Amino acid sequence: MVESRAVRIALRIATALAVSFLYMPLVILAIYAFNPSRLLVWPPTGFTLGWFGEAAANPAVIRAVINSLLAGALATSIALVLGTLAAYAVQRYRFFGRESISFLLVLPIALPGVVTGIALRTTFTTFGVDFGLMTIVIGHATFCVVIVYNNVIARLRRLPRSPEEASADLGADAATTFRRITLPGMRTALLSGGLLAFALSFDEVIVTIFTAGPGTQTIPMWIYQAIGRPTELPVVNVVALVLVLLSVIPVWLAQRIAGGEAASLSR
Amino acid sequence: MKRSTVLGMLAAVALVAAACGTGASPKPSLDMPSSIGEAEDELNLIIWAGYAERGEVDPAYDWVTPFETETGCKVNTTDMGSSAEGVQLMESGQYDGGSFSGNATDRLMASGTVAPVNVSLLSNYANVFEGLKNKAHNSKDGVAYGVPHGRGPNLLAYNTEVVTEAPTSWDPIWEGGSEYAGKISIYGYSDFIADAAIHLMETTPDLKITNPYQLNQAQFDAAVALLEAQRDNGAVYWASYSDQVSGFAAGDLVIGTTWQFQVNLLQAEGEPVEAVLPDEGSTGWSDTWMIHKDAAHPNCMYLWMNHMMSAEANGQATVWFGEAPTSPQACTYAETLSPGHCDLTHATDEAYYSKIWYWATPRADCADTDAATTCKDQAAWTEAWTSLTGS
Amino acid sequence: MTWLHPRRGLQLRLLLAGPIGWLGVVYLGALLILLLNAFWTKDSFTGRVEPFSWTLDAFDSLITVEVYRTIAIRTVVMAILVTATDALIAFPIAYYMARIASARTRGLLVIAVLMPLWAAYLAKVYAWRTIIQGKGPLEWVLAPFGIAGPGLDEIANTWLVLSYLWLPYMILPIYASLERIPGSLLEASSDLGARAGSTFRRVILPLAFPGVVAGSIFTFSLTLGDYITPDLVSDTKFIGNVIYDNSSLGSLPLAAAYSLLPVAIMIVYLLVARRLGAFESL
Repeated sequence: MVESRAVRIALRIATALAVSFLYMPLVILAIYAFNPSRLLVWPPTGFTLGWFGEAAANPAVIRAVINSLLAGALATSIALVLGTLAAYAVQRYRFFGRESISFLLVLPIALPGVVTGIALRTTFTTFGVDFGLMTIVIGHATFCVVIVYNNVIARLRRLPRSPEEASADLGADAATTFRRITLPGMRTALLSGGLLAFALSFDEVIVTIFTAGPGTQTIPMWIYQAIGRPTELPVVNVVALVLVLLSVIPVWLAQRIAGGEAASLSR
Repeated sequence: MKRSTVLGMLAAVALVAAACGTGASPKPSLDMPSSIGEAEDELNLIIWAGYAERGEVDPAYDWVTPFETETGCKVNTTDMGSSAEGVQLMESGQYDGGSFSGNATDRLMASGTVAPVNVSLLSNYANVFEGLKNKAHNSKDGVAYGVPHGRGPNLLAYNTEVVTEAPTSWDPIWEGGSEYAGKISIYGYSDFIADAAIHLMETTPDLKITNPYQLNQAQFDAAVALLEAQRDNGAVYWASYSDQVSGFAAGDLVIGTTWQFQVNLLQAEGEPVEAVLPDEGSTGWSDTWMIHKDAAHPNCMYLWMNHMMSAEANGQATVWFGEAPTSPQACTYAETLSPGHCDLTHATDEAYYSKIWYWATPRADCADTDAATTCKDQAAWTEAWTSLTGS
Repeated sequence: MTWLHPRRGLQLRLLLAGPIGWLGVVYLGALLILLLNAFWTKDSFTGRVEPFSWTLDAFDSLITVEVYRTIAIRTVVMAILVTATDALIAFPIAYYMARIASARTRGLLVIAVLMPLWAAYLAKVYAWRTIIQGKGPLEWVLAPFGIAGPGLDEIANTWLVLSYLWLPYMILPIYASLERIPGSLLEASSDLGARAGSTFRRVILPLAFPGVVAGSIFTFSLTLGDYITPDLVSDTKFIGNVIYDNSSLGSLPLAAAYSLLPVAIMIVYLLVARRLGAFESL
């Protein structure tokens, strides 16, 4: 061990502070959700569960949740297919431009969302595409592909080649080998990649604003609009808190599936 | 995949994009429907906040639900923060129509985005005050391009506990505003440059401003200089009405430009806020429901336009927003909700509205036929506004 | 490709058709159309863009009107500040996770950092808005010391909230790169007589650097494009606000031209980052 005792104590304190910093706003959010006052005034004036009922009965919230679930499911399906194909091609074939693929895939997530959003919106308008759920799905799928790709390619790197070669030697064609050997090996990577892609889609707001049509509000869009309406704030508190709590699910599941093997951002 | 192939595909995309481009020259077709067909199931509208209420804030004000029940058209609304934003939304082609002010209607008619309206299909149109029909902002070549929603001025709002004497001029937000430094609430869009121009019409007659929306370089520079002084005095810009409402409620704002709508909301919460129309006059709006030329739900839109001229809907909507009703019948209904409403909003008082400069689009040709004069166009206004608020 | 077995060549084409078709054609095609719009004229009255009416007006405005430069510089400075802040906060916790914490603590900390990362973005910004705004918790905490709350119009709010939002994106890649350093390397360093300080400086820091660069891709790019956070917690304008405002207020060519700035910055950034080995740490 290189670190002295003093350094280790200092690091422990720094870690504790950083973690508190990460959770402090979420705790405040949770406290406000139970505040009976319609206005955001600190400290809270009491305790109520009333706003949860009001949020659950709010038709705009329900519609927005359904839209978000649909968009997330469709975008994730597309990302799973495209991400897997790209990962398999890059990992199992040698070809010109191979290095550029990962660059191309990471671009939609690395470029600012406002640019992606305007570019897609302008294109849809130019081609006369009707804005709606499908345009949202196209936007989301574009930046979800890289999540699946990263998960799958990491798994493919670690999957031994020998079973695939054996399968080929025994006369199976490429499609059969992929279906019977490679795909089962990638199952958990697909699951965790898909979960994270879904979470990313569920949370996306900027690209969604630019690609949504009238009547296809998603839940982040609802929050963004409702923040501007003083009368809706208690419901916003509740919805925001529930979204934060729900985000535990994909993280926890993905960690479980991956067995804590990788802690990087996208796998 | 060869690189050249990819490039080739991209080039193809660009060419197709260009071919399908939005560049077709505006050709407003004059074929209007001769009857209202069966209602579709949906209606997508661009609105000013408060123009389509469902009784969520006050159950007494709900003119959307009855319309939905009666027609089966489910109404989706999107708020616009400014006329320019409304135009962009309308241009996207996703909406059936909306309630637009004069600086949107002129552009929408010129670009051929909206369609003429066959008013003979709308039973309530006959009741509308003649003073609101066939105006430059809602018709072209004598053909109606929409139906009126209501009109009103932009007002001066103030906190009565801080500003104890009712102001009679706009001075408190301009030169005289130093005592309210940092608490002056200003409409956060470039349209507000016209308000500075109206003030200059009063204080600096030498500039010879005749129309606050069509400003030459010298007039424009003077207006911008006035706005810069105001900004440096701590003006707070509101982009959505709720910013202003929460600012006044928290006491962070004490005076500023407003719509009657915010004043109504604040007064309903018991806040000590009043609004006046200062003697110099003001900017304002006379709003029009217009239909997109390719509306996906034209029948619902026609039904909605007729609905918005009915006594009940127009009466409720204009009381709710605090603007003038558009027909005697709506006036009568409005009086039942808020006695004195029609006098208060000067519904039939054309002399009153002659003091109001309705929002209009700034144009390079000054919106006149004199080729010698040039004015600052909308892009120049937007740019000046970015410079004002961004640096 | 010629040296590929013909069958494998066909397979590859089939595999790549989808991903390349989607990202190469739909996504890059959309970016290209945006790029073209930057060079097109718009009608000064209606605001409509006229395709293939070439002009450099938008770029002319961007260069001659000072405010666009001011905002660009402000945004880049903010991105650098946020990145530096996050790197400073992230390094100790990442180091603790990778080299000091027990396996169990480490697993818990990874989850503790991942959770706020995946928690809804708007919920987090909104939470900060409620903390900072008048009559909120921050004002309440500061009041006993006689300090006034910042209110929702300070540029420092944007710095604070953006640093908060992107912090997990910085912690995880640094942690991953530190974790990969073999213990034997550090032992070797100390066996060779290096003191703790110089081992840290000459072994650990260089090896952790790609992780910092990988994290900075996120902190930098996300700051460069965000317009919602500045809008909700301050009243200062950044590149994203100008792009959004101009696209929604009817000046698409200007918005498109201004978009090229963050795109160019990010592409250069990504190329440099890839050279520095950051992609392995993503």
